[in-house]
Amino acid sequence: MPSQQSPPVGLSPSSRPCTILISSQVPQQTAVLAGCRCVLVDFPSPSPFSRQCCAENPSSSSWNEPYLCLHSQGLGGEEAPEDEGSWGGLEVLLTLCLFQWATLRIERGAKEKNHPLYKPYVNGIIAKEPTSLEEEIKEIRRSGSSKALDTPEFELSDIFYFCRKGIETIMDDEVTKRFSAEELESWNLLSRTNYNFQYISLRLTVLWGLGVLIRYCFLLPLRIALAFTGISLLVVGTTVVGYLPSGRWKEFLSKHIHLMCYRICVRALTAIITYHDQENRPRNGGICVANHTSPIDVIILASDGYYAMVGQIHGGLMGVIQRAVVKACPHVWFERSEVKDRHLVAKRLTEHVQDKSKLPILIFPEGTCINNTSVMMFKKGSFAIGATVYPVAIKYDPQFGEAFWNSSKYGMVTYLLRMMTSWAIVCSVWYLPPMTRQPEEDAVQFANRVKSAIARQGGLVDLLWDGGLKREKVKDTFKEEQQKLYSKTIVGNHEDRSRS
Amino acid sequence: MGSRASSLLRDEEIEEIKKETGFSHSQITRLYSRFTSLDKGENGTLSREDFQRIPELAINPLGDRIINAFFPEGEDQVNFRGFMRTLAHFRPIEDNEKSKDQNGPEPLNSRSNKLHFAFQLYDLDKDDKISRDELLQVLRMMVGVNISDEQLGSIADRTIQEADQDGDSAISFTEFVKVLEKVDVEQKMSIRFLH
Repeated sequence: MPSQQSPPVGLSPSSRPCTILISSQVPQQTAVLAGCRCVLVDFPSPSPFSRQCCAENPSSSSWNEPYLCLHSQGLGGEEAPEDEGSWGGLEVLLTLCLFQWATLRIERGAKEKNHPLYKPYVNGIIAKEPTSLEEEIKEIRRSGSSKALDTPEFELSDIFYFCRKGIETIMDDEVTKRFSAEELESWNLLSRTNYNFQYISLRLTVLWGLGVLIRYCFLLPLRIALAFTGISLLVVGTTVVGYLPSGRWKEFLSKHIHLMCYRICVRALTAIITYHDQENRPRNGGICVANHTSPIDVIILASDGYYAMVGQIHGGLMGVIQRAVVKACPHVWFERSEVKDRHLVAKRLTEHVQDKSKLPILIFPEGTCINNTSVMMFKKGSFAIGATVYPVAIKYDPQFGEAFWNSSKYGMVTYLLRMMTSWAIVCSVWYLPPMTRQPEEDAVQFANRVKSAIARQGGLVDLLWDGGLKREKVKDTFKEEQQKLYSKTIVGNHEDRSRS
Repeated sequence: MGSRASSLLRDEEIEEIKKETGFSHSQITRLYSRFTSLDKGENGTLSREDFQRIPELAINPLGDRIINAFFPEGEDQVNFRGFMRTLAHFRPIEDNEKSKDQNGPEPLNSRSNKLHFAFQLYDLDKDDKISRDELLQVLRMMVGVNISDEQLGSIADRTIQEADQDGDSAISFTEFVKVLEKVDVEQKMSIRFLH
C-alpha cells in the first residue's frame, strides 16, 4: 500500500494525492520539486504523451489513485523544447497537475450531486473482433448446421453477419470520428472541451474564470501583435528580397527572412515544439510529406527548415502572402483551374524536384485535415514522381489546446482565434529517414508504406480510408468487393461449383 | 462551442430508456453522444442520409435494409428513443435475465426478438412472410453482380423448400425460427460493450 505523501504544490489538502509516472529521461529534480510521489517507469517508445502507455503499464493497475503520465518529450528529455526560456519543465508539470486536479474536482462535484459522469471512451465503446467475412459466416453456419462438410451454401443465418456488422458501425465506426476533435479524459480548464462542465464547484469556476481572463485579456493581444509583426515582416521582407538579382545573397536573405518570420509566428501561437532526428531533415530535390491536422502544420515545419510550398492561390490575405513569398524563392502555386489537371500538377512538381538547386517541396498527401488520432489514405500523386520522400510525423498534445481544424464547424478566422486563446500548442515532430520507391512497388504501395511509417512513429492509427470521405460519399467499389467476397461463400470458386 | 452541453438528456428520459431497453446509464449517455454526432442537422432526429454518411455502413451490402429497420412505417426521421429501441435488440443477453418472470413484457434483446429483427430484414413488404421474390431481392443485394439469375433462383428455391412446412412457398416467422433453432443467435446477434 503506497504511503501518504504531502500533496503537490497548488492542490488543497482535501484533494486526493496524485502520483506521477515519469519516464526515465525526465530530469528528476523537476518532479521532486513539485512534491509529488514519482515512480520511474520505462515507457515503450515512441508514443508521445501517451495515456495509452499508462493503461498498458502493468504496475499502474494496482493503484487506485489517479495518476499523471509524463513522457520525456516536451519536458526537456534528450531534445530540449524549442522555447526553453518561458516554458521550462517545471511550469508544464505544474500545469498538468492543475488539469488533473480540475478533473478530480469535477468527479467529486458530480459524485456529491449524485450525477453519474459522462466519461469519454478513447478506445471505442464496443468490442470488435477482427475476423474476416469468410471466417464469421463459416462460424455462424457451423453453429446452426449439423452438416459435417464445409461446402459453400447459402443459409438464412448468413444475414446475421451483415446485420451485426452494420449495427456495430452505427454504434461506433472508424472514420467519422476522425473528422471531429478528440475527446479528452482530463479537463484542461477550457470550457469548450468538457461535457461535464456544469458539474463544478465554486473553486473551479473561479479558476476557470481566471483562466479566461489570462487567456483573452493578456495572452490574446500579445499573440495577435506578434502574428501581425510576423506576417507583415514576411510580406515586406520577401518583396524587398525579390528585387535583388539572383545569386547567393538573395538565397541567403530569403532563407533567413522566411525562417525568422515563421519563428515569430510560432511564438505568436505559443507553440512548444520538440524536433526529433533533425539529421533526417529534407534536402533539395526531395519531397517532404507529413500528416495533416491543421494549417499550423505548415508554420511548424517551415520554422525549422526551408521549404517550397505547394498549393492553390487563394484570395485575400493568404493570396497576398503567397504572391509575396514567391518573389523571393520559387514556391509552386497553382491557379484554381490548374489544380484539377493532374498531369499539369505532376509535370510542374517533377520539374521542380529535378532541379537540384530548388528547395524540397512540402506536401500533405491526405489532402484534408484529420484529427490527429489517425493517418488516412495518402494520395498517390506525389509518390509517383520518383523523387526521394522524406516522411515527417507530427503529433499534437491535445491537453493544452486542440489543434485540429474542423473546417465544417469553424472558419479560418474563428479557428485562429481559438488557437490564440488556448493555453499553448504542444507538439512533437519526428523526421523519419528518407524513403524511395522500390522497383517492385507501385505508387499506391509506396504511399502506404510511407503512411505506415509515419503512423507508427507518431502513435497514430493507420487507416486505409480516404480523408475525402469528410465531404464525399464512399465509392461503390468497396461495396462490390464485399459482395464478391460473400458470393464466394455461397458458390465457392469455379472448381467447387461442379461439385455442388 | 459547447452545443452538446445544451442538449443533455434529462434524468427522467434516461430512466425511461433504461427501463425499456435495459442499457446502463453510462451506455445510454455514450450512445446519446454518438447520436448527436451523427445528427448533423442538430434537430434531435436522424434521417436516412445521416446514417448513409457512415462509410462502413454505406459499403455494407445490406446497409439500406439495416437503416430501414430504424424507421417506423412511413416515417423519415428517428428520434433518440427509437434509435435506442432498435439498438436494444443487440444487447447481450445476461444470465440473470434468462430466469426473469414470464409476466413482464418480453425484453427487446430476447432470442425471439433478435430473430424477428433478422426476419424483418428479409421481409421487404412487412407481411410476415418471406416470399420467393423477397428472398431473391435480398440475395441480389448480398451478392451483387457475381451470381447469375438462374443460380440465385435455384438457391432461393432450395432455401424455401427446406424451410417451408405448411406448403405456401413462403417462410413464415415460425418456420424461420425452426430453421435457425440450432444457431447461436444470442452470441451472433449481440454486441458487447467495453464498459
